[in-house]
Amino acid sequence: MLPTPDTSHVPYTRVYEPAEDSFLLLDTLSSPSETAFLSSRFSTTAGGCAPLIVEIGPGSGVVIAFLTAHAQTILGTQHVLTCGVDVNRFACAATGRTAAKAVAETMANDDGSGGGGGAGWFLDAVQGDLVAPLRDGVVDVLVFNPPYVPTDELPVPVAGGAERGTTTTFEEESHLLALSYAGGRDGMETTDRLLAALPTALSARGCAYVLLCAQNRPEEVKERIRATGGGWKAETVGTSGKQAGWEKLQIIRIWRATHDA
Amino acid sequence: MKVLTLNFLTCAVKTCKSSADSFPLHPKDAELAHDDIEINPELLANVLPRIDWTALRTTSTELGFPELPAQPPTVEELEADEALLKELHSLLLETQMMEGKLVCGCCGHEYAVREGIANFLLPSHLV
Ligand SMILES: [Zn+2]
Repeated sequence: MLPTPDTSHVPYTRVYEPAEDSFLLLDTLSSPSETAFLSSRFSTTAGGCAPLIVEIGPGSGVVIAFLTAHAQTILGTQHVLTCGVDVNRFACAATGRTAAKAVAETMANDDGSGGGGGAGWFLDAVQGDLVAPLRDGVVDVLVFNPPYVPTDELPVPVAGGAERGTTTTFEEESHLLALSYAGGRDGMETTDRLLAALPTALSARGCAYVLLCAQNRPEEVKERIRATGGGWKAETVGTSGKQAGWEKLQIIRIWRATHDA
Repeated sequence: MKVLTLNFLTCAVKTCKSSADSFPLHPKDAELAHDDIEINPELLANVLPRIDWTALRTTSTELGFPELPAQPPTVEELEADEALLKELHSLLLETQMMEGKLVCGCCGHEYAVREGIANFLLPSHLV
């Protein structure tokens, strides 16, 4: 088991606290099947330049910090750049701190073989809506733990809003947390927007990991992705919490076959 | 925010993405900070091929750094040129934009950077 990043500094009244979904992402991304898949695409021996990993909606930053701190183990190379995009300014600040702590811990545990114990490079967390701030085609690995809970209404981020200062009202905090879980119709309104943006956001060797819950109808989601053409594949690569024979949560991997993987 | 990050960012307005003027964003009233980070030549060699060099030259000049060569060095040239390695390391990874604005050359929208975090959320009339 790779150590889980420390998030004790994160203000959970304003930022989503790591939960079963976050931990499923950690387990899945460090599982033998996914480290083999990612290493075959991005390891130093696979050639190519440093991959860019982007987490959309990192919240506390626990997942992107984990990927950064354990880059060598998970991607087969420590020459990895990572960043996050979150609508919540407090989440951006928390993510930067979580990543810095996790990388420092990896470096402190370096066995002396050099290279900082295999940690990658966390760049920044920027405030924004999904992949909107990113240039087309730059993302090699995209990770998204979306707001997936079906809700009657979809909350809208406030451009100015709670980013004014360090104080927030109870209403502002409730709104920030709602942004992290409320998914609108079928819990899919935000995820559908992200899925639609994937073909332009991802690089030629790019892939994405997206978390879904049972109410999102994951089988239909995967079928829709495969039906878009262009060689897109979608498979379930991690599950947790069986409920009446259904997997409560699952991670799907979305990718295009490359000539060698 | 690191200068390397700027090389991956563009205007969040959808109609700007197809315009060459939306990248790179132009720093305005930038307050910079400098982090001391240990140089990692191997990382730089792996990052170099994925940098948009023309955009980096623009950003570098706009932030008041010495002009970068017109053509990107090859990995071999970079590894042999300690001065250039140090310069790129300092620019890409050690330089932080803490305050200021990032301006789109296409629509003119200004994205605020505060305490090192850039805000790309758009007001509702631009979404
Ligand atoms: Zn623009």
